[in-house]
Amino acid sequence: MMTTATTSKLFTQVQSLFQASGGFASIRQQAVESLENQGFPVAKAEEYKFTNLSKKLENGLTNASFAEPFSIDQATVDAHIFADFDGDVLVFTNGSWNKELSKVTQDYSVEVISEDGLLGAISKPGKDAFADLNTAAFQEAIKISVAKGKVIEKPVLLIHFNQANEGQIVMPRLLVQVDEIAQVTLLEYAVCLDEEVYFSNALTEVKVAAGSYVKFFRLQNQSSKAILMDTMETDIHRDAVFTSVKISLAADMIRNNLTLNLLDSGCEGNMYGLYLLNGKTHVDNHTNVDHTMPHAVSNELYKGILTDSSRGVFNGKIFVRQDAQKTNAFQQNNNILLSENAIINTKPQLEIWADDVKCSHGCTTGQLDEEALFYLQARGLDKTQAKGMLLYAFAGEVLEFISDEPFKAHITNLVMERLGTQF
Amino acid sequence: MSKDNQILEELTSKEYEHGWSVALEADEAPLGLNEDIVRWISAKKEEPEWMLEWRLKAFEVWKSMKEPEWANVHYPKVDFQAIRYYSAPKQAKKPKSLDEIDPELLQIYERLGINLNEQKRLQGIAVDAVLDSVSVGTTFKDTLSKLGIVFCSFSEAVQEHPDLVKKYLGSVVPVGDNYYAALNSAVFSDGSFCYIPKGVRCPMELSTYFRINAANTGQFERTLIVAEENSYVSYLEGCTAPQRDENQLHAAVVEIYADKHAEVKYSTVQNWFPGDKEGKGGIYNFVTKRGICAGDYSKISWTQVETGSAVTWKYPSCILKGDHSVGEFYSVAVTNNYQQADTGTKMIHIGKNTRSRIVSKGISAGKSQNSYRGQVQVMKRADNARNFSQCDSLLMGDKCGAHTFPYIDIQNSTAKVEHEATTSKIGEDQLFYCNQRGISTEDAVALIVNGYAKEVLNQLPMEFAVEAQKLLALTLEGSVG
Repeated sequence: MMTTATTSKLFTQVQSLFQASGGFASIRQQAVESLENQGFPVAKAEEYKFTNLSKKLENGLTNASFAEPFSIDQATVDAHIFADFDGDVLVFTNGSWNKELSKVTQDYSVEVISEDGLLGAISKPGKDAFADLNTAAFQEAIKISVAKGKVIEKPVLLIHFNQANEGQIVMPRLLVQVDEIAQVTLLEYAVCLDEEVYFSNALTEVKVAAGSYVKFFRLQNQSSKAILMDTMETDIHRDAVFTSVKISLAADMIRNNLTLNLLDSGCEGNMYGLYLLNGKTHVDNHTNVDHTMPHAVSNELYKGILTDSSRGVFNGKIFVRQDAQKTNAFQQNNNILLSENAIINTKPQLEIWADDVKCSHGCTTGQLDEEALFYLQARGLDKTQAKGMLLYAFAGEVLEFISDEPFKAHITNLVMERLGTQF
Repeated sequence: MSKDNQILEELTSKEYEHGWSVALEADEAPLGLNEDIVRWISAKKEEPEWMLEWRLKAFEVWKSMKEPEWANVHYPKVDFQAIRYYSAPKQAKKPKSLDEIDPELLQIYERLGINLNEQKRLQGIAVDAVLDSVSVGTTFKDTLSKLGIVFCSFSEAVQEHPDLVKKYLGSVVPVGDNYYAALNSAVFSDGSFCYIPKGVRCPMELSTYFRINAANTGQFERTLIVAEENSYVSYLEGCTAPQRDENQLHAAVVEIYADKHAEVKYSTVQNWFPGDKEGKGGIYNFVTKRGICAGDYSKISWTQVETGSAVTWKYPSCILKGDHSVGEFYSVAVTNNYQQADTGTKMIHIGKNTRSRIVSKGISAGKSQNSYRGQVQVMKRADNARNFSQCDSLLMGDKCGAHTFPYIDIQNSTAKVEHEATTSKIGEDQLFYCNQRGISTEDAVALIVNGYAKEVLNQLPMEFAVEAQKLLALTLEGSVG
């Protein structure tokens, strides 16, 4: 096993990136060991069955080196901030924090860390090969901390500017620690300054301490050549609420791994997602909710519209452990296929070990309702308008969960534009 | 101990009704598996050369395969060299008719409530009785043959209808399909063969009753059902085994072929010995069942009530190849004590305007694990495919588990696919409602469970529905979640 793992092409490509010295030696070593033992997922691996990321990278990483941080001016940053945004901005270039251009005006702290017990404690090494790759190789870890009792009124926007040569890698690593009864809303998206094939392998860990409210709204709308691997793992403590919204619009291949650990009673985890895919875009959303204690709630809604030769993959897992009585867990995945060559693979999975629970999942795949189309056409809309209206209504359900109005308006515009021109 | 726990305790300590065995003189193969054993079985059954070659090919394939480990079940691995692959009750000569069958064998079936005496049977069901590795008798053969229907043991079919067997054997489940199917193909000993000619509607239910009697043996039977154009048949299968401490392997293959406008209904009440309440013993039920709707407008319907077996690994599937063909799967799976079930279905839509429906009801109690694993696949050419899946789980007790693994793979934009699943226990409000109206908690549970499983039980033929309901009542009587 060990020989096959370490001699695989992808492993040899990225091996030189592992950071042996510096901080986080212990978790880095664990991650490297796990990679050596298990290697990268092969074509048949259940978790990567429909998304052969390893193969894609073997061919795509023609220059498997880190894209280095670069300098950028204020005007470029401003140009990529959406209209009516009111809040703080954190600027990153190729995964590295640019302190000068960032604007921290509220009561929280941002720092580059070289030692922190929490890093690697939420997303432990050994679970996923690409998360391990990030842990073994990330160049800079950034921590956002919100102290106990602080309410951060205005949203904090994280913009990642990526500029990579063909076949290069960026590996953002982020740790968000929100202490007891604090509140914060985070917005995040990346901007590609070049149209090159590159690989972004991000890992975000979030700790939501007791009684806190954290919202994390993210947009993936990159160059159509980007290969994105995005892992987020969140620990949610007593009576805390965490909400994630992920909108995937453009890239070459996207794999999102989202894990929520509901660690105590009364906590709530919400996961919402929307993917609009055209061309040959491939988006894979893997979500995982782990109910470990009684009286917790999880909600999940992922929706997708697929056209051309795109492929959508959804795999939602709900685990309800034996102690997690009185759990309520809901999961739904709806898809609309608009073209002959679009493919959807979905697997809504429930694993339940406790008896006093209410868990349900639903999954549908279909087309636009002919009768609804007719109804609208009968009232004077042309077919394109009618179709656009119905598709927007379908997608709108997810957008409603973005509680930051300007960001919602920005994404709504993007969605409308895409639905109007490409679907 | 609260009343709930008490009732659960009672439920988990229920004895297995069919746990007895009979000392029969048997004609057995030596323990273990190798090429000689495959040849031995084939020679024993006086099979033609092509059949032996087919078996040997399967054996070669099997040797190159690995035991599957993806299922959500955990059990000590099967030692394939510790199993006897053939065991047949000794009979002086081959019985020509039912009257010549050893009365001792008849008694076994009588004790199971299966009377092989045609006069005494309820009209309307023909039975093929399989004991360990061989078929001991088939009833109503003559009545059926007048209509051109062939219903006999598999060995007989190999001798008397080699062309049909050659044509269809392995056409739905190829020898290398999976580990256990390959094993079965190499060593299968008997089973039932059923052929319904063009335009014939089979006037009675056909049935096979499987019984494992001998110790240390595995049962590997093979069933093949061929329905020609415009024909109809309803087929039933039942099974029991004695109570033993060691695990016994049952690896069967069922193949169904439905031509244009043909309809096949296949019902199973599976009640193999589930192991005792400590989880000791019991049957490993690793079965491959698949039907192909080869012709347009054909229909295959699977109904199963799974109450037995220590470990179940079974996915009755439909390949919907003909346009407008229909596949159905109705299942109630009950697990108790340490039972583990990983069961479900595959619906593969290939033809246009194909439809499928999946209704799966899982009930887990005790320390058991019950998994639904299903796949709905809509191929590129399958325009207007329609699927509806519903899988519900009911949990009784806090040490059991219910799991759902639905795979939905769509490659056609005109497909309409819906899946929904729920997991819950029996609602306290429902129990309260019944209590209020003077129905005791026990009766209320029975009522609710019965209603829960009704959608599936309704699909069973009359006589089986009664047996299934009795089985459900026996396993779940008085259980409160």
